[in-house]
Amino acid sequence: MESVTFDLANTTVRQINSFLHDRDKLRHVSLVKILNPNGAHNLACGIDSPIAVEIHGHAGYYVAGMNQQARVTVFGNAGTGTAENMMSGLVHIKGYASGNAGASAHGGTLIIDGSAGLRCGISLKGADIIVGGSVGSFSAFMAQAGRILICGDAGDALGDSLYEAVIYIKGEIKSLGADAQIEPMQESDYQAVAELLSKAGWDHDPQAFKRVASAKQLYHWNANASKEY
Amino acid sequence: MCGIVGLLIKKPELQPHLGEWLVPMLEGMAERGPDSAGLALFRKPSANGQIKKYSLFDPTGQVRWQELLEHLKNRQYAETAVSASLTSQANHAILHTNLEPPILKPWLAEHYPAVYVLSVGRAIELYKDVGSPRAIAQKYQFHKLAGSHAVGHTRMATESAVTPAHAHPFTAGEDFCLVHNGSLSNPHSLRRKLEKQGIHFDTDNDTEAACRFLEWRLREGDDLATALAKGAKEFDGFYTFLMGTGDQLALVRDAFACKPAVVAETEDYVAIASEFRSLAHLPHINDAHIFEPAPEELHIWKA
Repeated sequence: MESVTFDLANTTVRQINSFLHDRDKLRHVSLVKILNPNGAHNLACGIDSPIAVEIHGHAGYYVAGMNQQARVTVFGNAGTGTAENMMSGLVHIKGYASGNAGASAHGGTLIIDGSAGLRCGISLKGADIIVGGSVGSFSAFMAQAGRILICGDAGDALGDSLYEAVIYIKGEIKSLGADAQIEPMQESDYQAVAELLSKAGWDHDPQAFKRVASAKQLYHWNANASKEY
Repeated sequence: MCGIVGLLIKKPELQPHLGEWLVPMLEGMAERGPDSAGLALFRKPSANGQIKKYSLFDPTGQVRWQELLEHLKNRQYAETAVSASLTSQANHAILHTNLEPPILKPWLAEHYPAVYVLSVGRAIELYKDVGSPRAIAQKYQFHKLAGSHAVGHTRMATESAVTPAHAHPFTAGEDFCLVHNGSLSNPHSLRRKLEKQGIHFDTDNDTEAACRFLEWRLREGDDLATALAKGAKEFDGFYTFLMGTGDQLALVRDAFACKPAVVAETEDYVAIASEFRSLAHLPHINDAHIFEPAPEELHIWKA
């Protein structure tokens, strides 16, 4: 198995992504390195192969969007919509990620060593998001399935209108969103936190985390409390 | 869409590089704003406190700037000896004169009605036009500009016409400018409120309403933080605003941070852009402190 290097100083995002979508060309490739990303958008989007991709520098919008199977590492920061709609695989951001990180991701794991911007994990549909720093306001808005682990703090309206996704947070919550509540940690929660921390290789005490989940009061229309909506 | 860029150079010996570093920043935002672009540049004011700079723009291309200058110098004012000098580039000119706006503006309107006054102040110079950011940067030779700080914009119009007057930056008063990424849905009601204060508008653009509101509050004695806090209550819409004054750059995002902003700071400069790709070429960018401002967090950098 060999590694292939692309330098965005002398190639285009479209050429790189075409290569990453070509299973014949990827048959003998285990690692693709991308140099000089310089904030380019749509890097390593739509991969469906079990390869490793390393992006050396800062990525722009939608890096590793729609990822399946691949392990994509960004040695830098990432822009809006990191790993948006990921289906499987692993996306690891070594710096910070901007807004909408992991939006609508169905599966796989997104690890952000730094902080994430606003709306992290919005409409999450099953992936795990693991954030070393803090998350911005409106994170996990309408998250339907999956887990979000936050080692830092959360901004306003955490978990607003949550469905079945679960949030574990170590730091402070500026405010909870509608229908989100802090719940007692069960043994299965401590195990989940330990599992997520081990995926990222971080050394936090699972006992220090709180669980935020849906109170499920918005699941059904309550005609007797119509003024609450 | 739209792209914003800002650059403040901390070390005086590096200030000749302002234009050279800023042009790739502006071009990097061309996809976000392909229809118009503009730049407000701030330089150290002249030692003579009487002299003001006027950035003039002639959309017709018919005005002969040297004739305008001679005409102005020959104008007799009983109370004031006219001092004036002028430099021009294409259909743009910078006029240095001791005449105050209440004298100069009506004179221009009478004799050169095609000419817009883009900016007035002791430090500010302003350029804006329609076309691609690259073409505009070449036309006005932005790469040669030197100064302490600058604010730039690339426009993708969503709510008012594509003309040089509707391009950003917008100015109000003296040595104040604003660029905007986003849109406001109540510019007309803001405008009606401000017109009652005797404030005149040049266009129907939403950003002009925000610019004139903020400059009005500053003139009424508010500091920038107070003016923006009042603005946040008045402005219905979303925005990242980047403002320039004679000695500072200021950046703020709306409460929902709908529009992007990235800041890179080193010992030599502070650079601001809608996206990192406009910052990637800057010297020592790999050693810069890079961050995205939180919603409603006001950042001010002193020149």
